[in-house]
Formats: sequence, C-alpha cells, structure tokens
Amino acid sequence: MVELKARTPCEGLLPLEVGALRLSEAEAGPMTSVAAFQGQDATLSTEMKAAHGVTLPEPNSVTESGNARAIWFGPRMALLTGTAADPGLASHAALTDQSDAWAVVRLQGDGAADVLARLTPIDLRPGVFDPGATARTELQHMQASVTCLEEGNYQIMVFRAFAETLVHDLKTAMQAVAARQG
Amino acid sequence: MRITCPYCGERDRREFYYQGDAVALDRPDPEAGEAAWDDYIHNRDNPAGVTRDLWYHETGCGAWVVVTRNTVTHEILSCELARGAKEAGA
Repeated sequence: MVELKARTPCEGLLPLEVGALRLSEAEAGPMTSVAAFQGQDATLSTEMKAAHGVTLPEPNSVTESGNARAIWFGPRMALLTGTAADPGLASHAALTDQSDAWAVVRLQGDGAADVLARLTPIDLRPGVFDPGATARTELQHMQASVTCLEEGNYQIMVFRAFAETLVHDLKTAMQAVAARQG
Repeated sequence: MRITCPYCGERDRREFYYQGDAVALDRPDPEAGEAAWDDYIHNRDNPAGVTRDLWYHETGCGAWVVVTRNTVTHEILSCELARGAKEAGA
C-alpha cells in the first residue's frame, strides 16, 4: 500500500503579507457541489435548511449557518462547504464531492478590493459587492469564485491546479497596490 | 463590449465565449429533408446590422445566453437565457 502524504493546495506558498495586505490559505473543509434536479429547487432548499441550516442561495449570494456555507456556483447550483453534505440531499440534487479540488484563499486588509480590481472585471464597489455577495468570474485568465465575507475580506477559489498561478498573480497585484499606498 | 448575463448581471465581454449564430436553437426535424439540414449545418448570413448569436458565460456561471446585437454599432439589444429562448420558441 502506497502511503500518500496529504498536501493542501497552497502548502509552501502561503501565508503571505505585503504591506497592510494579507493572503492566507482557508480551511474550507468538505466541499460538495449541489445541483438541483429539474423542478426540485424548492424542495432541495428546504432539505438543505433542515440538514445544514442553509437554504439554496439565490444567484450571486451566499447562505451561512455555523461552519456551513452555501456559495452560489452557477445556474441552479451551489457549493456546500464546511460540512459533509447530507446523503439525503441526493434525492433532489446531483451531489459531487469537490473536497481538495479547489485552492481556497483569503485576501484581507486595507486595499483588498483594489488588489482584486487588478485581476477581475467585476464591479467591486461598496453597495454592489458587499458581504454575502459572491460572483463566478474571471481572475486573470482563471475561472474563479470570489466571495465577500466581510468588508476587506474576500474568499477566492480557483481549480487546485492553478494554486501557484493564483498566489503569483495575487502577490504581484498586492505588491502593486501596497507600493501605491506607500 | 459588455454582455448582461441573466444570472450575473452586466459583465465584461472577456468572460464570454462566442459560439456562433443562434440557429442551434432551431434544429430541424430529423425528417425535414436534405435542404433544411444543409441550411442548418452550413449556411449562415453575415449581416451588417442586427444579429442573434449564442454566447457562453465561460469564466462566469456557465449559462448559455442568446445575445441580440448590432454588428455595426456594437450595441447589445437583448440578452436572454438560451434555455428560456428555446422554451419560448417551442
């Protein structure tokens, strides 16, 4: 039996501090994509609420309860993180285990939105992208999920294979923003 | 150019992949005959003006969007989900 050593996606790359900005790897825990079957959205949402305390999030938003967080991930699909999905949900949705498949990082500090603005075309202004908002968008040339957890605190996810690129691009943008903050 | 994804709202064109004419939503009946299938597979107009095509929100949410736009002015006239357009047309 081969003994494989577990490594997190950003092991050896993070944490990182540049000026007032901090980039760290987030412990997302189990991750499961939950894609509602045809006509099952409402039932799925009720079942998710009963099992995990979170409803199926509306587009571009997040629902949270304790460690459980459901991030809108696309049309009629959410990513349930922080808790193992109740197998009972499989009656109403396609469940796919995506644990370890994503690099999950957290960007915090004064100017965090300015860093993101260098990498993604979405509107990050207060009033548009506030805590509880999420977006599927492009980050440099990567497909990403960006979520505002609180003011100046963002969770960024890309496919695990892009972890090094993600850290490199964020680091470069952090340095540029920090240099301007002087 | 900015395209309004029905789910995500107004987004930069770079998030989208251009698939081509929205003719794919009007697939002929299997028995429609050679002329109809030849037209469906090979023949496309190249209008200077209003055109209707399929775009994929590739680095976004993954939705297929029917975009009606003007190739002369680059004006986007409407954006709707391909799924909805298909059902409305059926």
